[in-house]
Amino acid sequence: MTADIWMLLTILVLACFVGYFVVWGVTPALHSPLMSVSNAVSGVVIVGALITAGTPEMSTHKILGLIAVVLASINIFGGFAVSQRMLAMFKKKKRSHEEKK
Amino acid sequence: MNTAYVSATYLLSCVLFILSIRGLASPETARRGNILGMLGMASAILVTIYSPVVGEYAWLFGAIAVGGIIGTWFALKVKMTALPQMIAAFNGLGGLSSVFIAAAEIISGSQTRLESSLGLLIGAVAFSGSVVAFAKLQGLMSPKAIIFPGQQLLNLILGLSVAALCVFFILSGRNDLFYILAGISVLLGFLLVLPIGGADMPVVISVLNAYSGWAAVGIGFSLNNVLLIIVGAIVGASGTILSYIMTKAMNRSLTSVMLGGFGAETHQSAKGGGEEKTAKAGNPQDAAFIMENASKVIIVPGYGTAVAQAQHVLKELAGDLRSLYDVDVKFAIHPVAGRMPGHMNVLLAEAGVPYEDIYALEEINREFASADVAYVIGANDITNPLARTDPNAPIYGMPILEVEKAKTVFFVKRSLASGYAGVENPLFFADNTIMLYGDAKKVTEEIVGTLERK
Repeated sequence: MTADIWMLLTILVLACFVGYFVVWGVTPALHSPLMSVSNAVSGVVIVGALITAGTPEMSTHKILGLIAVVLASINIFGGFAVSQRMLAMFKKKKRSHEEKK
Repeated sequence: MNTAYVSATYLLSCVLFILSIRGLASPETARRGNILGMLGMASAILVTIYSPVVGEYAWLFGAIAVGGIIGTWFALKVKMTALPQMIAAFNGLGGLSSVFIAAAEIISGSQTRLESSLGLLIGAVAFSGSVVAFAKLQGLMSPKAIIFPGQQLLNLILGLSVAALCVFFILSGRNDLFYILAGISVLLGFLLVLPIGGADMPVVISVLNAYSGWAAVGIGFSLNNVLLIIVGAIVGASGTILSYIMTKAMNRSLTSVMLGGFGAETHQSAKGGGEEKTAKAGNPQDAAFIMENASKVIIVPGYGTAVAQAQHVLKELAGDLRSLYDVDVKFAIHPVAGRMPGHMNVLLAEAGVPYEDIYALEEINREFASADVAYVIGANDITNPLARTDPNAPIYGMPILEVEKAKTVFFVKRSLASGYAGVENPLFFADNTIMLYGDAKKVTEEIVGTLERK
């Protein structure tokens, strides 16, 4: 267990560095989508929720897990769908020298 | 399915999530990035359900379906103007999810009390903080800073008792302490966001976003799950960096934002006494005349643009000036304009303004000197020159859009009232400023009408 915790801490610190560099690379124009994408991605706690709720017999433990699954799925589906809507608006458009009305 | 497959799939998911954020480096790759994120999530979920530690499927799929339908429905139905509160709401639910997982771990007698408490604590603060942020953004409660005497002391006491409870709980393992800890953390989240007012919302939303990531890290440690740790760290880094960018764009420290109170009292800064100043008022027809004879116009949108839903008519304005009068039109966006990071960019994208026409603060500032017109619509503090000249002003040191360098500055505002920071804007009384009083959308519509009539 003690060896494990050091491995997990190592992973955590390295992941922080990855996050740092990747996030600084995001263009400021897309900061809103960054929030909603990272928000959706943080819904990955659903993995924990599924493990908790995955016990075969019904118990308080399982019920709490199932609630967590529902909440995290709202976060995930909602987050990705909102991001997709937002990003669809950032499609490259030909600057329209639009016709006179 | 054996555990090696599970680990390999988690690794794949991590890579996909990193690529999804990486995709946001440019609008061209962003949608592909989002799809990679969905793939990463789908594989993580499926491999977990079919992993050896999970022994039941029906309830799990049912729960995912329920959450998925609710989430998708809201996401597709929400108006683009309600995005900030939508993101706050989703964020809060993610935090609450961590709370339930931590609680389930604890009642099943898990020994990872430190990790579970961290997941619980951060998740609970993210949840209740997001609820308050949502209520403020949705207009369910006053967006102003809510301050009462002894507030900071109370928060300090609550913060310390949370820390103390954590320690007692970890040492004793008494579950009742865990529930009290949950309760106080929720209360703390409410109280932390109450004193933070409207224009500081971009910071708050970023901080809460970071919390939901760090909560996932806590849960990851408690379940020994590498995927949660990696992804949580990346989300945490993202929220933290956004908070940093936002506070820097206001020249404030994170502590001063979180302690709140900004804009609660009107600041009597070193303003030159009571002499009567007069602002020049103009009408949309004058503005149209000046703009059509200009060679370069820079449009500066602020939160008022979002409130008045003026983004579509702004696009028309830009299009008409360009096509009918051959004017060079650019949009200038301050990092903290609006209620969330990048709010104005989304708004203009919604109206169909090409992103090549939109410039960030440092790209556009030198161009104001060569611009004939700066059209400031629904913005105030982010253009206030006191930020550079008056060390006593609360906004001193905040980088501003230097609109005063343009030959003519139009301010579209309802009144001469101070902005969020409670600082009077001397620009309203400058010789080259013309005020256009009224609703941002109506005023711009009239300008467009005049431009098109000729």
